[in-house]
Amino acid sequence: MSQVRLTIDGKEVEAEMGEALVDVIRRNGTYVPTLCYPGKEQGCLGTCRVCTCKVNGNFAASCTLPVSDGMVVEADTKEGKNIRKAIVEMLFTEGKHNCPSCEKSGRCDLQGVGYEVDMMVSRFPYRFPVTEIDDQSEKIWLERDRCIFCQRCVNLVKDEETGKKIFNISNRGGKSRIEIDVELANRMSEEQALEAMELCPVGCILRKKVGFNHPIGQRKYEVKSIRERALEDAQATAEPSVS
Amino acid sequence: MKDSILRSILAEYPKDRAYLIDILVRVQEGDGHISDQSVQALAEYFCISPLDVKETISFYHFLHQQPTGKHIIYVADTVIARMNGYDAVLAALEQETGCALEETSADGLFSLFETACIGLSDQEPAILIDMIPFTQLTPAKVKSVIAEIRNGKTAEQITNPQGIDKTSLGYIENLVKSNIQECGPVFFSNKIKTEQILGEVCSRSPDDVISELTNSQLRGRGGAGFMTGLKWDICRRAEGEEKVIICNADEGEPGTFKDRVLLTKAPEQVILGMLIASYSVGATEGILYLRYEYNYLHCYLENILSDMRTQNLLGKNILGKKGFDFDIRVHLGAGAYICGDESALIESCEGKRGTPRVKPPFPVQKGYKGKPTIVNNVETFANVGRISEKGVKFYLSLGTANSSGTRLISVSGDVRQPGIYEIEWGITLDEVLEKVGAVDPKAVQISGPSGECVSAKLDGKRVFSYQDLSCNGSLMVFNSQRDILDIVRHYMQFFVNESCGICVPCRVGNVELLKKIQLFVDGKAVENDIEEIISWSKIVRSGSRCGLGTTSPKSIMQTIDRFPEIYRSKTAKQEGPLLRSFSLDEALEGYEKAKRELMPN
Ligand SMILES: Cc1cc2nc3c(=O)[nH]c(=O)nc-3n(C[C@H](O)[C@H](O)[C@H](O)COP(=O)(O)O)c2cc1C
Repeated sequence: MSQVRLTIDGKEVEAEMGEALVDVIRRNGTYVPTLCYPGKEQGCLGTCRVCTCKVNGNFAASCTLPVSDGMVVEADTKEGKNIRKAIVEMLFTEGKHNCPSCEKSGRCDLQGVGYEVDMMVSRFPYRFPVTEIDDQSEKIWLERDRCIFCQRCVNLVKDEETGKKIFNISNRGGKSRIEIDVELANRMSEEQALEAMELCPVGCILRKKVGFNHPIGQRKYEVKSIRERALEDAQATAEPSVS
Repeated sequence: MKDSILRSILAEYPKDRAYLIDILVRVQEGDGHISDQSVQALAEYFCISPLDVKETISFYHFLHQQPTGKHIIYVADTVIARMNGYDAVLAALEQETGCALEETSADGLFSLFETACIGLSDQEPAILIDMIPFTQLTPAKVKSVIAEIRNGKTAEQITNPQGIDKTSLGYIENLVKSNIQECGPVFFSNKIKTEQILGEVCSRSPDDVISELTNSQLRGRGGAGFMTGLKWDICRRAEGEEKVIICNADEGEPGTFKDRVLLTKAPEQVILGMLIASYSVGATEGILYLRYEYNYLHCYLENILSDMRTQNLLGKNILGKKGFDFDIRVHLGAGAYICGDESALIESCEGKRGTPRVKPPFPVQKGYKGKPTIVNNVETFANVGRISEKGVKFYLSLGTANSSGTRLISVSGDVRQPGIYEIEWGITLDEVLEKVGAVDPKAVQISGPSGECVSAKLDGKRVFSYQDLSCNGSLMVFNSQRDILDIVRHYMQFFVNESCGICVPCRVGNVELLKKIQLFVDGKAVENDIEEIISWSKIVRSGSRCGLGTTSPKSIMQTIDRFPEIYRSKTAKQEGPLLRSFSLDEALEGYEKAKRELMPN
């Protein structure tokens, strides 16, 4: 693999050609939040935009950009942080995110990121949408108030036998809605259902019959912040690959 | 839909999801909607989940999942129509059909829907009845058309009583006007000699043809202005056995209709451009992506393609040149502005939702089905043919040093002669306004809602060129009586309706911007709202994934810059603890209801 050199906030760093910019930024010590990004192996989705940074003078989502030689990146700027924070605020007003009553509290990416961007209250008016719960399938239910349309489940959860999509988005724009194929969902194994729930960065995809099985006080971000975890994971990507 | 009918439709297409939208359009046309039963059948046929089919259907606004009336009417709701009697026409339509917008009449005869610009801004108000256009409507005309339909006539019979052949130019010109006000050296002045020019092109090497294009400095006419020669060169070098040429005839930018006129008056010139592209990069597959709003051009274009096949200008070993294989299929859109974005268009060509892709990779590297793909605008392709005919020198002699050639503009609004003009780059705004007969112009929207809003007074000396006003083909003129704020509000509503929703800033932010602009329209804004709307606009522009969100707030920012007095006149000083937009009555509205529901005793 060939190496490239780029500058991040004035500091020259090295990376491997083709690495996702967001990983390189984090490895070099700056935390940039992500919500839709499932990691480089699974590909980037580029939907949430909370990893927006300035690259060669223009704003771009840093998970969507492979690093290249000579790239000039501004990750830790007031303007960039404000955009990232605003996008998180948008998500909190678009849906209904009531952390204290949510099963995923303490292990929810949106919640963790909300703290990290210093969000106290959204600058945008809260919309209090009225949505419909989908509880038709046996193992999983959808709490639509919380969907952020990251598309993780749509792209990454497939029926193991046929490869068909289990989750879909219907309609477009502000009318988008997450849907679940009941027949296919009922064929999911317990492990796949658990994976789907963990893949969901919020509390939208939930397993039935196992609510609050994980004690409050021992959940992911109650042990270690989403920032610490992200920066640690990024260090791991730097370890020389055995080949 | 009856199983046998669906099966016969399916038999007309290869078994490939890429044709899903074409098939859905056929089912929609046959049944007036796409029933669950048809969805199930299509899902089984393509081995996908029914929800996957619905995911596609629900993205496109000409496809319906609920039954509709026997005749579907789409009313084009545009700012230009609203300047020309839209309200009265809509009222007449509701009155005569007996249904309100988004409804079906009790007798099941009509369904009425709104749609965005249908590419007829020079002859609005306009509507589509069963996809047949009716233009320059008045309430009286609406009354007589609806009466005729009630008497059993079809839209087709009403507009074409003589039964003109649907594949002929006469058929189209009978439906809509081309309104070519001024033609120049590149378009419309004389018919292109397809066979002769293609023969000459084929006698040269592909590299040669591309470098000629590069030297001509031709830039894409679809909006982004990318160098066409460079795009083709990258595609030629891109790895891939098979390559694809796509002509973008989605023309969704409100106020733009020049591609419609090009496809009407000079389709061969456009197809010639696609042929030259195919020869240059070694592509075998061609797609003409035609917006469904232009469905009435479909038969005409198919006929031209089939004539060209007969003349061996399409097909195998074109013009006897061994290995020069290329054919073009028409792919219909189904109602989504976002599909004009090249990567969304490719997704749509693959039979999916029109969601813009993450870039890189770019379409020239990995486009349609992962193959290197060139997407160019209709007008870009039409230029190529003329450059091949008349040479680089000729082309460079037109326009300015940095913007070569001419460009078509679609002119509408407060002008004496709306229609199509071929202008040379380098002309000033003043000169254009004079040419088109602008009446008391105040604001000019160049390149549609995603473009520039300029002031006739302050910007008259500005130049049409890639360095200044890089007009993408539309020009709407507004006189001093027009309500600019309401126009901006209408544009924002358009973007809210058309956002695909894949990314947060565009999906959520545009809604917030629309609400904010509504505050100004309603006179409920306070000083702080101006600051806030500018800063939110910047966030949407910076954070969005594709050109829709990165441009949608432009009209807000530019009108604040150009016409600050309009915003100021609608803004009051914040007094007291309550915002002007806060209504106590409204806020308490739910209380009584909640009390009744939650505490019945
Ligand atoms: C929201 C959106 C809508 C667009 N609509 C069109 C369109 O209707 N026609 C078009 O040619 N290009 C459109 N474009 C630009 C295309 O993405 C692309 O740049 C163009 O087709 C390339 O052709 P050109 O280089 O010949 O201009 C649109 C872009 C965006 C972001």
